[in-house]
Amino acid sequence: MKTYTYTEKKDTRSGFGAGLAELGRTNPNVVALCADLIGSLKMNEFIDENPERFYQIGIAEANMMGIAAGLTIGGKIPFTGTFANFSTGRVYDQIRQSIAYSGKNVKICASHAGLTLGEDGATHQILEDIGLMKMLPGMVVINPCDYNQTKAATIAIADYDGPVYLRFGRPSVPIFTPADQKFEIGKAIQLTEGTDVTIVATGHLVWEALEASKALHEAGISAEVINIHTIKPLDDKAIIESVSKTGCIVTAEEHNHLGGLGESVARVLAQHKPTPQEFVATNDTFGESGTPAQLMDKYGLNSDAIQNAVKKVLKRK
Amino acid sequence: MPNIKELEDLTTQVRRDILRMVHKVNSGHPGGSLGCAEFFVSIYKEIMERNEGFDMDGIGEDLFFLSNGHISPIYYSVLARSGYFPVEELNTFRLINSRLQGHPTTHEGLPGIRIASGSLGQGMSVALGAAQAKKLNNDDHLVYSLHGDGELQEGQNWEAIMYASAKKVDNLISTIDLNQQQIDGSTDDVLPMGSLRAKFEAFGWTVLDIEKGNDIEAVLKGMKEAKSLTGKGKPVCVLLHTVMGNGVDFMMHTHAWHGKAPNDEQLAIGLEQNVETLGDY
Repeated sequence: MKTYTYTEKKDTRSGFGAGLAELGRTNPNVVALCADLIGSLKMNEFIDENPERFYQIGIAEANMMGIAAGLTIGGKIPFTGTFANFSTGRVYDQIRQSIAYSGKNVKICASHAGLTLGEDGATHQILEDIGLMKMLPGMVVINPCDYNQTKAATIAIADYDGPVYLRFGRPSVPIFTPADQKFEIGKAIQLTEGTDVTIVATGHLVWEALEASKALHEAGISAEVINIHTIKPLDDKAIIESVSKTGCIVTAEEHNHLGGLGESVARVLAQHKPTPQEFVATNDTFGESGTPAQLMDKYGLNSDAIQNAVKKVLKRK
Repeated sequence: MPNIKELEDLTTQVRRDILRMVHKVNSGHPGGSLGCAEFFVSIYKEIMERNEGFDMDGIGEDLFFLSNGHISPIYYSVLARSGYFPVEELNTFRLINSRLQGHPTTHEGLPGIRIASGSLGQGMSVALGAAQAKKLNNDDHLVYSLHGDGELQEGQNWEAIMYASAKKVDNLISTIDLNQQQIDGSTDDVLPMGSLRAKFEAFGWTVLDIEKGNDIEAVLKGMKEAKSLTGKGKPVCVLLHTVMGNGVDFMMHTHAWHGKAPNDEQLAIGLEQNVETLGDY
C-alpha cells in the first residue's frame, strides 16, 4: 500500500496567501479584496507587493461581493477574502444575483471553514457553505486538503473563467501533496489503491482518510482513498470506477451531511451505480467552542470515525 | 446643442413602448419606468460617451448600471432605440425564451446589460467596482448608476455609500429616482428616510438636486453639471425628483402603478396621451 508521510504542518489559508502572492507577480489582472481580515486570510504578501491592486472594503461583505462583480467589468479577476461564514450565508443573494447569475469571474476565497475554526464557536463555524455554493448554477466549488494543494488551487482558478468558491481552513495540517502537483479543477486524485472499500474525502478529512486507510490496512482491510478537492463539478467517473471495484464507499467531509460532498456522491451513485454508502460528516447540527481536535473527535470527523464508517459499510456489501 | 424636440419625441415614444410592453404580457412595472423616461433618454442620447456596439468590459466608454431592475421596460426601450438590439425585440418582453427577462440580466446575452438586477440594493456596489476598475485601467470615463428611493432602505447601499467617499471614487454618478413611492405606499408611509441630501452629504458625497426630473432640458442641465463635479475627490449623487407614472395622467402621483399593467381601455387612454412619434415597434 502506498503510504504518505509529512515533515511539516501548515494551515491551508497560508497556501491561499502564497498562491495569491504568486498570482500578484504573474497575472496583472488579479486584484484582491478583503473585509477586514487581511491577517487571518494571509493576504499581506500580495498587498505589500501590489498595494494598487488591493481593496480594503471594511466590515461590509455584501458590498465586497458587489464590488468584486463590478471589477470584472474592465477585465479584472477579483479574489475576495473573508471567513467562510461571511463569504457565503451572509452574502448569498449578492453572490446569487451579482456574481453567479451575472456570470462574473469572481473567486470567492473562504477561510476558517468548518469546525476546525475552533474556539470562536458556532457563529463562525459554517458547516453549510458547500451546500449553499454548490446549489448555485455555474458555481465551481473547491475544498483543497493541504497547504500545497490550496496554493496550487488558488493559482489554477485564476485561469478558469467563471465564479469559483474556494474553501480552506485555519488549523495547521500535514503537508503531504507534492509542491509541484498541477491542480486540475474537477479531477479527483487517487491517493491509495484498494479493493475492499472506497473512501472519498475532501479538505481536512483527506489526511484523516489516509490515516484511517493505514490502520485499516493493518486490520486487513484494503481501502482506496480518493481526494475529491473539487465538489462541483464532481469527478463522477473516478467515483463510479472505484466503487465498481470496491463495492462500497465512505464519504468524509468537514460539513453537514445535508448538502455536502456525501450527498453529491450519493446522487451520482443512485443514478449510475447504487452502492452502500456511509457518511462521515456533521449530523444536521451547529458546532460549538473547543479545540479543533476536540471538536473533530466529538462530532465524528477524524480517522477513528472513518474507520468505524468503513466497518459499518463493509457489512452492507 | 441637443435637439430638444427630438429628445422629447423619443421620450414620448419610449412611454408608448413601456405601456405596450407591459400591457401585452399583463405584467411588469410601468410606474417607475415612466417616471425615469427623461433620465434614460438624456443619458443614453446626450450625456454618456458610448462606443459603437457592445463590449462587456466597456473600456474607453461610460458605463451605466440599473440597480432597481424592475424598471426594465424603460431600460429595454431606450437600449433598443439606442441601437443595442432590434426595436422589434421589445415584442418579446417577459415572454418565454426571450432575452428581455422580467428583470435585466446578462444571462441571456442581451447587449447593453452588464449585470443582473432585480433583487434590490446591489447596483451601487457593482458600479463602484466598475468605477475602480476604470481607475486601475487608467480609463477616465465615468460610471453612472440609477437607484430607486425606496431601494435605499436596503442596507447594502449604505455600505456602498460609505465606501465610495472613503475611497474617493469620484468617477461615479449615482442617481436616485426620488419619486417618493414604493410598493406599499409612499416612502414616508412605509419607512421615512428623512433628508437624503443630508444623509449623502454626511457620508461625504457631492449632492445635486434635479428638481424637474421629468423636464428633459432640466435633466440634461443637471446631468451635465453632475459630470462637471466628477474628478474632484468625491462621488456624485443626483437626487432626481420625478413623478411616478409620468406622462399618463391616471398613473401619476400614486404608487398604484408600481407593478401593475394597464387593461385594454387604460392602454388606449395612455397611448392617446402619448401620440406615436418615431414609430411603434
